[in-house]
Amino acid sequence: MSERKAWQELELGVELPAATSLGYKTGGWRVLRPVWNASECTHCMICVSYCPDMAIPVTKSEEGVAGKGGRMFKGIVRLETNLDYCKGCGICAHECPTKCISIIREEEAEQAACKL
Amino acid sequence: MPTLQEIALKTDGVDARIVSGHRMCSGCGIGPLIKTVLAASDKPVIVISATGCLEVVTTIYPFTAWNTPWMHVTFENAASVASGVEAAYKALKRRGKIDGDVNILAVGGDGGTYDIGFQALSGALERRHKFMYLVYDNEGYMNTGNQRSGATPFGASTTTVPAGKVSFGKPQWRKNLVEIAAAHRIPYVGQAAVHNTLDLYKKAQKGFNADGPAVLAVLQPCTTNWSFDPALTMQYSKLAVETNFWPLYEIENGFVHISTKPSNRKPIEEFLKGQTRFRHLFKPGNEHVIVEMQKMIDDEWARLLKLEESGIQF
Repeated sequence: MSERKAWQELELGVELPAATSLGYKTGGWRVLRPVWNASECTHCMICVSYCPDMAIPVTKSEEGVAGKGGRMFKGIVRLETNLDYCKGCGICAHECPTKCISIIREEEAEQAACKL
Repeated sequence: MPTLQEIALKTDGVDARIVSGHRMCSGCGIGPLIKTVLAASDKPVIVISATGCLEVVTTIYPFTAWNTPWMHVTFENAASVASGVEAAYKALKRRGKIDGDVNILAVGGDGGTYDIGFQALSGALERRHKFMYLVYDNEGYMNTGNQRSGATPFGASTTTVPAGKVSFGKPQWRKNLVEIAAAHRIPYVGQAAVHNTLDLYKKAQKGFNADGPAVLAVLQPCTTNWSFDPALTMQYSKLAVETNFWPLYEIENGFVHISTKPSNRKPIEEFLKGQTRFRHLFKPGNEHVIVEMQKMIDDEWARLLKLEESGIQF
């Protein structure tokens, strides 16, 4: 304590590597699960821009993916929700203009998976 | 102006400036808010974060959701530290030790901005450091369990101004931070809401590109302490704008410009309904609070319209 240090000699505070939270899966919080019906989706990106957990991945598709009305959507399109991080808030389902996302209880989803 | 698709591409994946795995409440609006603002910068961003929800949920040791240089400072000095970072950056650049440009973003909640960090913010704006101050306004100290702040609206019940037999909640009106910031004669001040992604992106872009300090205030409905269904976050944000409770406008070089004018102003009850902090206003005896609130909102809106029409520089 008694020894005075020049500012250059002071130790840094905590330093962390970037984006380590990717290793922390928040999907376990989920009670409700969003189920995406790709054939009704127009890839408007409202769900992606609203997702608080950045849990809806997007990709660039040259050949296009089939969406609402059998139309092919080219360019930037969404993919299946990443359930590792989705906390099941339901904003995506509530805001979806085509109502292509529905919400089911997590245990229903798990039971359905068991039957398969 | 990019499309929602292009913004989505910038905010997605492990390369985004903020990534998944943070511990915000389910349905929290800060997520979409911060990812959109960060995506709006075309240069690297240095983030200085005051104590608050955002800081707490994104950096629980040993995890961090940030993928861009980020610093946590105390509750009151986000703007001072941003000033220091900007000055250091300028000094290093002058000596040729560093190349290129960066954007500096200071982030605080309403408690850390309207109240605790207020004098630091005012000082930084007065010194005209080139940085953007982002305030995510959830209208109270939500991280510590809903205490009253300078941004808590009239009539809201909080743990420190609880509604009951004697009190109807907070008896004062909220501060108008946007106009206070504009009074510093800074180049850009904006008010945005989390549901309007394109408007938020545009305002953040203007703030980053402003020639001097910029302030951006964004309404962020708090699902936990306003107590509504997490799925309704964007709905409440939308209602706040449609009732003129939170008008979307900007003050660019002192000139007021209203971004959205609701064609059919909804009554304030529509926004108040379903929020626990306003539940008591619908009980007998408290009718006058809603009437007064509505009058204040209409008067404020009329004033804002006049300010825009007059073309007088702020």
